[in-house]
Amino acid sequence: MQDEPTPTELVKAVADFLRTEIAPVIKGHNAFKLRVGINALDLVTRQLALETPADAAETSRLKALLGIDGSLLELNRALSEKIAKGEVDLDTPGLKEHLWQTTMDKLAVDQPNYASYKREAGTA
Amino acid sequence: MIETELSRCVADFSPGATGVTGAAKLSGGASQETWTFDIVHPGGNVGAILRRAPPGYGAAPSRAAGLDAEAILMQLAFDAGLPSPRVLHVLRPEEGLGKGFIMSRIEGETIARKILRDEEFAKARPMLARQLGKVAAGIHNLPEAKLPKLRSSSSTKEIAELEREYRSFNWPRPVFELALRWLADHDPGPSREVTLVHGDFRHGNLIIGTDGVRAVLDWELAHFGDPMEDLGWICVNSWRFGEIDKPVGGFGSREDLFAGYEETGRKVDADRVMFWEVMGTLRWGIMCCGMMQRFRIGPDHSMERAMIGRRSSETEIDLLRLLASRGG
Repeated sequence: MQDEPTPTELVKAVADFLRTEIAPVIKGHNAFKLRVGINALDLVTRQLALETPADAAETSRLKALLGIDGSLLELNRALSEKIAKGEVDLDTPGLKEHLWQTTMDKLAVDQPNYASYKREAGTA
Repeated sequence: MIETELSRCVADFSPGATGVTGAAKLSGGASQETWTFDIVHPGGNVGAILRRAPPGYGAAPSRAAGLDAEAILMQLAFDAGLPSPRVLHVLRPEEGLGKGFIMSRIEGETIARKILRDEEFAKARPMLARQLGKVAAGIHNLPEAKLPKLRSSSSTKEIAELEREYRSFNWPRPVFELALRWLADHDPGPSREVTLVHGDFRHGNLIIGTDGVRAVLDWELAHFGDPMEDLGWICVNSWRFGEIDKPVGGFGSREDLFAGYEETGRKVDADRVMFWEVMGTLRWGIMCCGMMQRFRIGPDHSMERAMIGRRSSETEIDLLRLLASRGG
C-alpha cells in the first residue's frame, strides 16, 4: 500500500501552483504551452476520479450488448468489428444508448467544457 | 541568418529594394516553414511572407499539392479577384532558400477565438458566411486550363483513405466505426462536376479584417474533387469554437453560405454538403489520433500534440449528434 498523499492530491497541488503562481508571470508562446500543460494535469485528475466507475459500467454494458466476456479493450474490439460488418447498428437495442453514455463519459474526462458536451449534458 | 539570403535576392522581385528586416518564423512544421519579414524600400517598407521547405528537407507528404502548385493557385486566386495575397516571387535553387515562394503580407486575424469574440470583428461576423460562400464559388470557378497538376479525390477514395488510416492506429473506436459505416452507406458517388477544391477552407487559413474576409491561405491540400467538400468542411463543428448554433465557422448559417455561393450562378447540393460535414468531422477526429501517434513515435514529443489526441472524443460526440441524435 502506497502512502498519502494520493496521486490526485499531488497532481492537483502542482496544477494549482502552476495556475496561480507561475501562469501570471509567463509570457508569449510559453504561456500557451503552460496552459496546455495545466489542462493536461487537470485531465489526469479527472481521469483518476472518473475512470474506474465509468470503465466498469462500460464493461457491463458491452457484455450485455455482445453476450460475451473479455477485457474492456477486447469488448470494444468486438463491438467495433460488429459495427463494421453491419451485424449491429443504431436499430440494435441498447447500441445507441451505449455509444452515447460511453462518449459522454469520455468527454467528462477529456473536455468537459466542449460546447457539444455541455449541451448534451444539459448544462448549457 | 535567413535575412542574408533574402536580402541577396530581394531586388530581383522588388525593384529598388535595398534589403530585408524583421524576419521572424511564424510557424514551422516537419517540412514547411512560414516567415514574416519586411522588404526595405526607399518608397516605404513592404510586408512579406515566405513559405518554404528549407534546403535539404524531404518530400512533402503525399497529400500535399507542393509549394510550386500552391504559388500558382494563390496567384490564380489573386488574378481572379478573390481575396488572396499576391505572389511576389517563386524561390530559385541558386538563392539558397530552399523551395517555396514569397507573397505579400495581408494584415488581419486568423485566430478563430478572436474573430468570434473580439469587438472589432462584430460588424464583420454577420457578413462572413455569405462572403465565404462567394469566395468558395470563386475558387471552384478558377479557369481549369491554368490550374497546376494536383491529385484527384472523390468521396469513395476519401472514405477508403480515412478507414485505412483509422485501422493503422489499431485502437477500437465504435463511434468512428459507425461513422465509417454511415459514410459507406451514404456515399453519393462521383460528383456530377469535378472542380478545384481548396481542401482546407476553414478558420486558421482565412485572414479576417474588420471589413470581412481579406485572404484565403494555405493551398497545401488543394485537389480536384467534389466542390461541395469545401462547404462541408467549413461547417464541421470543430471549427465553431463553442458557437455551435452557427454552423459556418461559429459565425454564420448554412443558408447565408449557400446564398453567397449561388450568387455566382453556381449550385449547392445540400445533401452532399452534409455528407462532407460528416466526413470532415471524422477526418478531424482521425487527424487528432494521428497527432497522438506522432507524439508517441516522435520526433515531436510535445504535450500539445499529446493533448490533441484527447480531442478526438470531441468529434465522437459531434458524430453522434449528426448520426444518432437523441432529440428523436
